[in-house]
Amino acid sequence: MEKIGLLIEIKDGEVKPANLGVLTAARGADHDLHVFLLDGDVKRHRAVLENFGAHKIVDIRCEEGALTDNPACRAAAVVEAMEHFDIHTLAGLASARGKDLLARIAAGLGAPLVLDCIRFDLAAHTAEKSQYSGKTIARIQLRGSHAIYGLRPKAVEAQPAPGRAEVVSLTATCPASGLEFIQIRQQTGDAIDLTEADVIISGGRGMKDAQNFKILFECAATMGAAVGASRVAVEAGWVPYSMQVGQTGATVSPKVYLACGISGSVQHFAGMKTARTIIAVNQDPDAAITRTCDYFAVADLFDIIPRLTRRLRQVQKLER
Amino acid sequence: MNIYVCIKHVPDSAARIKIVEPNRIDESVTFIINPYDENAVEEAVQLKKQIDGSEVIAVALGPCAAENTLRSALAMGADRAILISTDSRPDSLVTAQALKAAIEGDGGASIIFTGKESIDSEGFQTMYRLAVALSIPVASSVVAFSLEQGFARVECEMEAGATAVMKMALPCVIGAGKALNQPGYPTLPAIMNARKKKIEHLDLADLDIKKFSGSMEVVELKPAVEVRQAKEIKGPPDTVAEEIIRILREEARVL
Ligand SMILES: Cc1cc2nc3c(=O)[nH]c(=O)nc-3n(C[C@H](O)[C@H](O)[C@H](O)COP(=O)(O)OP(=O)(O)OC[C@H]3O[C@@H](n4cnc5c(N)ncnc54)[C@H](O)[C@@H]3O)c2cc1C
Repeated sequence: MEKIGLLIEIKDGEVKPANLGVLTAARGADHDLHVFLLDGDVKRHRAVLENFGAHKIVDIRCEEGALTDNPACRAAAVVEAMEHFDIHTLAGLASARGKDLLARIAAGLGAPLVLDCIRFDLAAHTAEKSQYSGKTIARIQLRGSHAIYGLRPKAVEAQPAPGRAEVVSLTATCPASGLEFIQIRQQTGDAIDLTEADVIISGGRGMKDAQNFKILFECAATMGAAVGASRVAVEAGWVPYSMQVGQTGATVSPKVYLACGISGSVQHFAGMKTARTIIAVNQDPDAAITRTCDYFAVADLFDIIPRLTRRLRQVQKLER
Repeated sequence: MNIYVCIKHVPDSAARIKIVEPNRIDESVTFIINPYDENAVEEAVQLKKQIDGSEVIAVALGPCAAENTLRSALAMGADRAILISTDSRPDSLVTAQALKAAIEGDGGASIIFTGKESIDSEGFQTMYRLAVALSIPVASSVVAFSLEQGFARVECEMEAGATAVMKMALPCVIGAGKALNQPGYPTLPAIMNARKKKIEHLDLADLDIKKFSGSMEVVELKPAVEVRQAKEIKGPPDTVAEEIIRILREEARVL
């Protein structure tokens, strides 16, 4: 049996759904999946973790108190758990928090790490990830005693594999790290996380001003979608940087990406080319995006999006 | 303060990437300073202005051609530079050790800035390894930075517009995010002046660096193929909206 450690992220008291894709990807005939919960509520999360194939739930707490927020403490606790259970392979989600934590763990262990991979092979110690702004896919060989992987959110679809898991606990020591956590600051309301959203509606220069983004937010609200933007819209100050999709913004893999008034530059594409379905609304039949999407309409977004919102509202009402 | 900035020489994101060997790209394209490293240089230069007697030193590990990229950092306000040259393609474990050796050999850092990721290998990890090598704290994706009574106060980008506010003892490593600042374009006199600034040359092979059992190697590169067949949705606005709903429901199954 090969022991595989899995880092689980909790958000608003629940296991983040994208974690279940990591659990799915990490399964293997002779894999013993150890799920690490840091200061988690085992009772609450046990059912979902068992439903997705966990064999052991490692309940990690810290002598010094809360493990919840200090990333250096959390990383040290995971390193301690890996040593304690003799685990050499670790996989987690390459979300903002996951990337930070996995990099701290890999650095602490001197272990190879591939972040934001779209696929991994835990037996062969290889992972595939995008490089050069998404223009190439690299296959990376990890060598050494340990291997750590951060899977791009939504790269692998979660499939249940119900079973039973044993709960084991570990009390970790948190050595002083010179890093002190102060607080989380929420900048923009309770926005839906771009990297977690199934549907993203993005606006670019074609939105013309900040006010007009309202029509995207209204449309998004009808189906729980997130709203994204091109760099032009961010640099014009219409929307905050946290909404930027692209090479120097967020990398997203939603099921549907609806691009409104976005030309489809290589840098924008670098952030959303792994979307399952790309739909573009653009006035210009020659815009690059009309060749690199799945569906496009040569139309004024101000004619299309409000109508789409109205129809979606009707449809949702009928179905309720 | 001795303010170090780690710089990577990377292919321009607008360049056409051609794969020439199973795991190598054609390097005859335009190379630039990694965009996030510009934010790192900018923050270092701003910090220098606040603290008398500070110096900004740009450090890069890369081929000889990376000298041009270091000149960009010098034009942005770095005082001098160190190039650790190599024709090999070191992974982030080796890179961090080389940066550590160069920085320590140069006198040691009061603070180190890097970009939060490089746009070529998209590794997101060298700054963490550098911090561990130097036994100092690190924070990355930093969007706000200030020095307060001997501490670095940072805000790091988290998901969905949230930031984590943290305090670190000095020295520390800061991985700069895009929203940290707006790097200005260097002026012509600054570009001219940068030609006169000193670049010290080291050779990776001459550095005494720790060897790890672990490593990473790109064994194969493939073009990311676009398999999309763009189809036009025709008709008046109502028809287009209706068709988008059909796609959302029947093909993507998100409704
Ligand atoms: C180093 C570097 C990094 C970068 N990183 C990013 C990044 O992370 N993300 C990013 O997005 N960009 C990035 N860029 C910028 C990128 O090159 C483009 O400039 C940018 O993506 C263009 O944004 P856009 O599509 O909104 O604007 P434009 O290219 O100006 O396109 C606007 C489109 O809107 C259409 N339009 C206008 N009005 C309407 C209407 N009423 N209805 C329908 N369509 C309409 C037009 O036909 C046009 O196609 C980067 C650039 C560099 C050099």
